[in-house]
Amino acid sequence: MSVTVNDYAELVKERSPKSAVWKNCVSAYIWGGGICLFGEFIANLIIRFFKIEKKEALGFASIALIFIAIALTGLNVFDSIAKKAKAGTLVPITGFANSMASPALEFRSEGFVAGLGAKIFVIAGPVIVYGLSASVLYGLIIYIFKLF
Amino acid sequence: MPKRTGKKTILFEKPPSIISSGSVAGKKEGEGPLAPYFDTIMKESRMGQPSWEKAERLMQKNSAQKALEKAGLAFSDIDYIFAGDLLNQCVSSSYAFREYDVSFFGLYGACSTIAESLCLAAVFAESGAAKNCLCATSSHFCSAERQFRFPLEYGGQLTPTSQWTATAAGAFIVSSSGAAPFVRAATVGAIEDLGIKDINNMGAAMAPAAAKTIGNFLADTKTKPSDYDLILSGDLGKVGSDMLLQLLKREGVDISQNHNDCGLILFDESQEVNAGASGAGCSAAVLASYIMPKLKSGELGDILFVATGALMSTLTVQQGESIPCIAHLVRLSHGLL
Repeated sequence: MSVTVNDYAELVKERSPKSAVWKNCVSAYIWGGGICLFGEFIANLIIRFFKIEKKEALGFASIALIFIAIALTGLNVFDSIAKKAKAGTLVPITGFANSMASPALEFRSEGFVAGLGAKIFVIAGPVIVYGLSASVLYGLIIYIFKLF
Repeated sequence: MPKRTGKKTILFEKPPSIISSGSVAGKKEGEGPLAPYFDTIMKESRMGQPSWEKAERLMQKNSAQKALEKAGLAFSDIDYIFAGDLLNQCVSSSYAFREYDVSFFGLYGACSTIAESLCLAAVFAESGAAKNCLCATSSHFCSAERQFRFPLEYGGQLTPTSQWTATAAGAFIVSSSGAAPFVRAATVGAIEDLGIKDINNMGAAMAPAAAKTIGNFLADTKTKPSDYDLILSGDLGKVGSDMLLQLLKREGVDISQNHNDCGLILFDESQEVNAGASGAGCSAAVLASYIMPKLKSGELGDILFVATGALMSTLTVQQGESIPCIAHLVRLSHGLL
């Protein structure tokens, strides 16, 4: 064929439909913001009813969001919500919970050790590895600055 | 005897017949426009099995049994099985047929497998090596998704160019003698890679292979697109079909009048499958359910079926390599003129 690799790359780029970036951003903003607002609401409820410090209440609110996200994953509805919410469910802690619950469910069929146990970190693993690495690096930088 | 002509085409002088076909479709596929044509529609995608893989092999087996039943044959009447699927080591096919004592060829051509198997079966049938051959392929959205992409319940996002792996299986019995439709010719594709790396745009990756194979067939047989009632590509989807038309247009070949694509027929717009369907079972089930009866009745006289496959693995994609693709063509006709 007469078409070259570069020609073809151009043609594909030109004629492939693009993701609706702005529309997706708006969805993500509304859903992601909504989830965070809901988290605040839970935290305030906890502060009011259990009379505990705000710092602790925020921790409990995160746990509640994680629990809800995992429950929705198990009930086969999280992915349908995520389809509408775009990155809105991905960025808050709900996305992290879903990224661990979904492989746990999926790879049960290969057993508890080689399946569920080994595959549970298949999506979240890199986030943990590089998140921890970044925090170590950040800590080191702060330590060095404090020496002088 | 099969006769080679031109660069890459085989002509069948005593064309083998496709005496029957069987199809099984998943729930979502069964809610689409082809619902009235499938032999079996699954009530739920796991078919009561403990794993998706087991469901897929059962689907492939059921499609084969359906084809045999329609032809009034049993597995003992089959000389060779040519079967394949998308799972690693083609397990759906080998597990589906392990209980039958039939000579077996496991094929991998990704979504092009059914055209590959029809071509090989026709060569075997016409050469006298076989009387009856069984061709079967399958794909299952859930088993493919966990192998190639993400867990099912993961809330990830797909791009508009991505294709939906069909949950479907199709089977055909190719016989050395019988009634219409006939396998008249086949063009075996060569591997084609125009540098596309995006696993979510496989239509664009596969289109050059389809264009090349169609071009080769037309040149080898000295025919033109208008000589055929339908040029049916495997599963290029929206983007790939557009690319195919564009690429052929550059070569001075216009197939826009009679081209259609299995990936565009299987679902309708409202089913949210982005650029269309794909999977080894997609083109097989569309051909077996929707096209075969039309070829049998003569509503379609002469068609070119070009199934395309993307031959990457998850490993090569992660290593940043582009996607090598293939397309095989079989010419199917109602009459023998």
